[in-house]
Amino acid sequence: MYVAVKGGEAAIDAAHAWLADARRGDAAVPELTTAQIEQQMTLAVDRVMAEGSCYDRGLAALALKQARGDGIEAAFLLRAYRTTLTRFGHAAPLDTAAMGITRRISATYKELPGGQVLGPTFDYTHRLLDFALAAEGVTRDAVPERAADEAAIPRVSELLAREGLMQREEAAEAEPSDLTREPLAFPADRSARLQNLARGDEGFLLGLGYSTQRGYGNAHPFVGEIRQGGVMVEFTPPELGFAIEIGEIDVTECQMVNQFHGSLTEPPQFTRGYGLVFGSGERKAMAMALVDRALRAAELGEDITAPAQDAEFVLYHSDNVEATGFVEHLKLPHYVDFQSELENIRAMRRNAV
Amino acid sequence: MEAGYNFAYLDEATKRMIRRAILKAVAIPGHQIPFGAREMPLPYGWGTGGIQVTASIIGPADTLKVIDQGADDTTNAISIRRFFARVADVATTERTEDASIIQTRHRIPEAPLREDQILVYQVPMPEPLFRLEPRIAETKRMHALADYGLMHTKLYEDIARLGRIGTAYNYPVMVNERYLMSPSPIPAFDNPKMDRMPALQLFGAGREKRIYAVPPYTPVRSLDFEDHPFRAIRAPHACTLCNSTASYLDEVVTDDQGGRVYVCSDTDFCRTEQERAA
Repeated sequence: MYVAVKGGEAAIDAAHAWLADARRGDAAVPELTTAQIEQQMTLAVDRVMAEGSCYDRGLAALALKQARGDGIEAAFLLRAYRTTLTRFGHAAPLDTAAMGITRRISATYKELPGGQVLGPTFDYTHRLLDFALAAEGVTRDAVPERAADEAAIPRVSELLAREGLMQREEAAEAEPSDLTREPLAFPADRSARLQNLARGDEGFLLGLGYSTQRGYGNAHPFVGEIRQGGVMVEFTPPELGFAIEIGEIDVTECQMVNQFHGSLTEPPQFTRGYGLVFGSGERKAMAMALVDRALRAAELGEDITAPAQDAEFVLYHSDNVEATGFVEHLKLPHYVDFQSELENIRAMRRNAV
Repeated sequence: MEAGYNFAYLDEATKRMIRRAILKAVAIPGHQIPFGAREMPLPYGWGTGGIQVTASIIGPADTLKVIDQGADDTTNAISIRRFFARVADVATTERTEDASIIQTRHRIPEAPLREDQILVYQVPMPEPLFRLEPRIAETKRMHALADYGLMHTKLYEDIARLGRIGTAYNYPVMVNERYLMSPSPIPAFDNPKMDRMPALQLFGAGREKRIYAVPPYTPVRSLDFEDHPFRAIRAPHACTLCNSTASYLDEVVTDDQGGRVYVCSDTDFCRTEQERAA
């Protein structure tokens, strides 16, 4: 006699208990604190803040701990928290020219006002496992002091723009889009595209950006400038009517300089691909800048031939919380649909015989 | 009730925004209304659209039933029912007739629904044309012009090549003879139940950020041809537990020797039938 299996409720509870146990691991090993994650897993925290679209190092560290180090799961936790917060307005555009620089690189000029600042980069490390790190209590070498720059460091794109060689971006009068409040619609304006890319998955943007360099989108990019550091966030409360500083955040900005042959209305000049990411997400800022420029194909009158230039393709598939949800939902029960397919395919086979 | 959260999780401004989308959807049956879907504490694909619709229409006096694959005891149905019990403290039930709101994934209950009930569908892909035309900008144009030749051609090609229509679930329907609509991935067997249903039918797609609706008593027609009429397919067996020969059946594999039994996918219907026979 067939008896239907019950007990899903107990199974869920048991799975949650097991999950908590697996998260903790071997009890003989000291528990990780969120402060340790925040201080020592900084790039993981940065990535969770960027893709979780919420600038809060402590919460991002907590999310990473809760997610057992899974970045996408942590971003999802942070987003689900963020969405419960009240939206009270949008900040003034960040003035990245006034950034307190920790890193600043230009690939287009050997020397330039403000100089090149390597900062805490992996770029010239030899990727040899440092077994000394496996031991605890390694003493820290002193970091050489850098002479403080008094003057603001001008952006490379501005140096080009002053000469008329770099296309000027028009300041938009309209309220910037907010994809967390209004659904994506097409054609999507630049603010919606940039917000989407800033929240998008680093791996997806990396692959897309890479494709534009390999002939899928005909890109000719130069890194005009990458800069990292702290910038002030300003907000104008309606009741005050003037901007006040509400905090400082660390960001990475990348401005890619791209060739443009000109059109009937525009002279030949350089055009910009723009990337801005929370924290030290340099790889993502660079990929974002490549994809942003590729997505400008339509407005610049270029042929749209590659995936990275197709706004619907890029913007609908960049969000890893959405993507992981839809891919992973395939593991939910589909037996009703599968049953209908079974009956259909059996009927088709009868017809075929 | 969960402290620190509003009744039914969503804040009231968000509920109002969703209710406006629902009203618009009811006013234009079968037409997809974009809405500012929020990020929910359950993953996309698990029913975030249906959950948001339910959260915006549910009140303290409601009784909620949640089914997945027709069953109340599937893990995701349990999880969603628990979510609402936790954030809205509403009564929940497994009995179709006792529910004022029924949230469903992949099935319509076997028991006929009433005017005082609302059926909320979880929808993965609201666009019925997406397999034929993935660009949303283009499908919007096709809906505006009621240009559905692509879908008819697809069904015709199925018949020409396979001798029958190859779609067994998520079978496209025409709502009020105007909008082509995805019924969500319910088996085609359930499609006829949508036609002139006394209950309000609401569809929520969270990841795709669309809401649509079929108001009570609205005509819903499964696409077909005069010489190839629509046929609702079920496994040609009786339920092992309740002997029903009219309900939609799950095929249960009992051994590795080809053993199969068939049981109702609608667990409440099956229980009711067994009680009646007893």
